[in-house]
Amino acid sequence: MAIHLDRRHALAAALGSAAFATGLVPGRHAEAATAQYLEALARVLDGREPLPGGIAIDAPEVAEDGNMVAVSIRVESPMTEADHVRRIVLLSTRNPVAEIASFHLTRHSGEAFVSNRIRLSESQDIVVVAEFADGTLRQARREVRVTVGGCGSV
Amino acid sequence: MSYVENVRPRLRVPATAAAGEVVEIRTLISHPMESGHRTDGEGNPIPRLIITTMFATFNGEEVFRAHWGSGIAANPYQAFTLRVDEPGTLEVVWQDEAGHEWRDSASIAVG
Repeated sequence: MAIHLDRRHALAAALGSAAFATGLVPGRHAEAATAQYLEALARVLDGREPLPGGIAIDAPEVAEDGNMVAVSIRVESPMTEADHVRRIVLLSTRNPVAEIASFHLTRHSGEAFVSNRIRLSESQDIVVVAEFADGTLRQARREVRVTVGGCGSV
Repeated sequence: MSYVENVRPRLRVPATAAAGEVVEIRTLISHPMESGHRTDGEGNPIPRLIITTMFATFNGEEVFRAHWGSGIAANPYQAFTLRVDEPGTLEVVWQDEAGHEWRDSASIAVG
């Protein structure tokens, strides 16, 4: 058992922060992502391969209260008629329900930005998928450690 | 007393924007967003009752729509952006699973 844990930590260290920054490599909690999250992600991706980068997720590294975690998402896009973000999907990897929210933007949005307060039942990665007008996708993830989970209300 | 009596929608927009300016719209509504994952004092499950949809129109045209799940916190806050090309009225609508609907609106001048 101890050997197994050591190997996992060694793997995490080997992947390093550079790989994590691409947004596609899971943080330390993602190894325990629920099957339900994987199904939700597959529905959003719908067979498409997301690109890394271009998404900034603003969330606390440590959230004191999982019942109310402020999360802001900004996607790089000119937001023109031809080239804009048409949908942003926010997923949790460990909540009882993976889909936290989806946001439909328009050419009137001007910028691809949303801000919310979410529930996190425990420490985990949150994942954002942005869908562009041409159907291409970008994906990013962010780890949030939760001191007191939103178990009671999530 | 029903939770409905305590629901208050709130909308914060800038009163004035420059033509073409992208402004941030902030919305808040007091609603329990009962997740469906809680139990009462006797261990009985409390049914889910959340706002699932909020959308915004500007001069009648839809500019933003959000679908919320149980992972959105109670008293849901939603901010989004709007490019203001002309003066007009922003209206926001919230709809919950019990069939209740709330609206709030505000004017934005261009100058």
